Amino acid sequence: MSNLADRFAELPDLLAGHLLLSVSALAIGIAISVPLGIAASRRPRLRRAALGIAGLIQTVPSMALLALMVPLLGGMIGFVPAFIALTLYSMLPVLAGTVTGILEIDPTMTEAARGVGMTDRQSLLLVELPLAAPVIIAGIRTATVWVVGMATLSTPVGAPSLGNYIFLGLQTRNWLAVVFGCFFAALLAVVLDRLILLIERAARRRSPRLAWAAAIGLVVIIAGGLLPAAVRWAPDPGATVTSGPRGDGEPTPSEHQLAGRELAIGSKGFTEQYILAELLGLELESAGAMVVKRPNMGSTILFDALRSNTVQVSVDYSGTIWAAIMNRPRPIGRAEMLIEVADWLEREHGVITVGPLGFENSYALAMRRDRAAELGIVGIADLSPLAPRLTIAGDPEFFGRPEWTRVRDIYGLDGARTRGMDSTFMYGAVRDGAVDLITAYSTDGRIDAFGLEVLRDPEQAFPPYDAVLLLSPEAARDRQLRVTLQPLVNAIPNHLMRSANRDVDVDGISVEEAARRLRDRIASSRR
Amino acid sequence: MTLELSNIGVSYDGGGTFAVDGVGFAAVEGEMVVLVGESGCGKTTTLKTINRLVEPTRGTVKIDGEDNADRDAVELRRSIGYVFQGIGLFPHLSIADNVGVVPRLLGWEHARIERRVDELLELVRLDPAEVASRMPAELSGGQQQRVGFARALAAGPSLMLLDEPFGALDPITRDGLRSEFSMLQKELRLTAVMVTHDMTEALLLADRIIVMRRGRIVGQGAPSELMHDVGDPYVARLMEWPARQAERLAAMMSDDGQGCE
Repeated sequence: MSNLADRFAELPDLLAGHLLLSVSALAIGIAISVPLGIAASRRPRLRRAALGIAGLIQTVPSMALLALMVPLLGGMIGFVPAFIALTLYSMLPVLAGTVTGILEIDPTMTEAARGVGMTDRQSLLLVELPLAAPVIIAGIRTATVWVVGMATLSTPVGAPSLGNYIFLGLQTRNWLAVVFGCFFAALLAVVLDRLILLIERAARRRSPRLAWAAAIGLVVIIAGGLLPAAVRWAPDPGATVTSGPRGDGEPTPSEHQLAGRELAIGSKGFTEQYILAELLGLELESAGAMVVKRPNMGSTILFDALRSNTVQVSVDYSGTIWAAIMNRPRPIGRAEMLIEVADWLEREHGVITVGPLGFENSYALAMRRDRAAELGIVGIADLSPLAPRLTIAGDPEFFGRPEWTRVRDIYGLDGARTRGMDSTFMYGAVRDGAVDLITAYSTDGRIDAFGLEVLRDPEQAFPPYDAVLLLSPEAARDRQLRVTLQPLVNAIPNHLMRSANRDVDVDGISVEEAARRLRDRIASSRR
Repeated sequence: MTLELSNIGVSYDGGGTFAVDGVGFAAVEGEMVVLVGESGCGKTTTLKTINRLVEPTRGTVKIDGEDNADRDAVELRRSIGYVFQGIGLFPHLSIADNVGVVPRLLGWEHARIERRVDELLELVRLDPAEVASRMPAELSGGQQQRVGFARALAAGPSLMLLDEPFGALDPITRDGLRSEFSMLQKELRLTAVMVTHDMTEALLLADRIIVMRRGRIVGQGAPSELMHDVGDPYVARLMEWPARQAERLAAMMSDDGQGCE
């Protein structure tokens, strides 16, 4: 039940983020599309161009449209790229509704408008728009439902939304969270849709009572949704007093060191990253900082966000940076890689490595222990003769990485079939025999829990993946921040990380609780 | 109020062919001129040149001696009453708002518009208390066309243009409304130009009939003149029809009691 309580605790912020994003994208989308639709209804060439482009945008898968905004905006993440993508996405139905609504007006009506002596503008405002209104409103309602739904996908580009529940739930097998996110997103869509309907009815019946009801409804919803954000931004004199334990006699040197700082913690979309982000949040909050979490980002998006100071703190992996960011083809030894990566990050991007966290989460090929014994497989090299009969599942990111190419070439796995799937599902898939092998993460709790065996990699084809704590260039100048985070360096050995992951992935404990437990374990192992 | 069209030509292809060619006629104050002819003969196009819904390619339209081309088109249209084919009430506006549309465009005060709307609804024999706040779709066809007349009269024009005003009505309603309108037009001393393809209607209402064919005038004159003194064979054929109808009806009446077979 603490799980549900944790979900509810986040709801005001996520709902506010979702509402702010959807409503502002819709407002701007409508403000652009209706005038554009009016102009397009009068000019056939503009009409073809506008509808063509809006239609083309619509054919881009919504997830891809959101993801593409990040590089197009020079690596910016968060509200702006999500807002622009959603605005673009909202345009087609409103534009098409406006154009169709106006063109479908009986021509005798426009002639009557001219005939009684209306100017073009009066004809538009007094006759054409009112007559086209039902079709335009239908377009706006379609756009509303689309945008509210699509806003759930803005989580991976770093804009908080109800999608956080869905992504987190998917990654941590927390189906309650997925249902929770879907429910509130659907509820929001339905409420906004009803409200628009009410506004339309008020306008059509010229009923001031209905108009007031709609206006009050709109204000209540928007104000209610935005209230938590407003409260958070307002100066809060109580904040410094209430944060952290006080008067217990124990000296707490880190307390209040970061008072007044606002820090964004970025993380990728898998359990370990959620737990680490939560852990970092606990540390920073106990030092008095205000923390915002930006979960579920892809590796390169997260790095861009860090480099551009959009997030201040993140945890990455030496091998990932080496291969995916630095584009080095061949891995080197573990210790050298740590040093080279840290040097390169500082030199090229001003990103500072606080230090390794102490565990390594490498990619590893894993299969069922009984199956491996049956086939006599010990190391990856043993797979080569069987390759054409094998199916390997991995996260979609992995098969596009240079590591895979390297492993495939070194061990001769050319014939094997690869299947991209979400990491949540691949452990179950290999356990149930749906696939033969998976590209497991070496810290994943399910390796032991599901009776899987990690195959030996004598050629060191998989690079080392030490978890490293990184600070953005701006945050790196903050000495207090570095001091606060320093105790985490080398504080999390492999077994602690794996048991934290297992807490969430196997035992269904919430991310927040797992992070609290990890923090306690770190503290007790220090004593 | 006098109206004068001289040598009007309308071409939609830059002078290649003319939908209306060399049309000219005049109307004096209180006169009812009716343009008749088959569909596509150019009668409606000719009508629309008068309030510049169609700009003539050549020729001039003068109202009280002033050339229309020198006036602002929007302001010109507000000063001319227009009754549309198919009635043409705005379906999203109440009856009162439909009737008051031109005064509102002219910037009249609210109270004055309200008074005027009531006055006009009474003039066309509708009860303001009953219909003013209703929507056009809630009224019968005949009532709607009464509203159409009221709207055309709202700003007190001295020139009225009517494009098949009775076309959408059933015969009984049409007949009653026709004679009411005719009385109203005489009473208000309105100069009026009406378009119809119904020769009987033209004969009943017109002070002067202008027969058009293929964009040109092929005959004109008072109803009685056209009935008796026909120059053009096309006009003669058009006139035969109502005359023969009248003969048949007369014959049936004298047969007495045998009625329709």
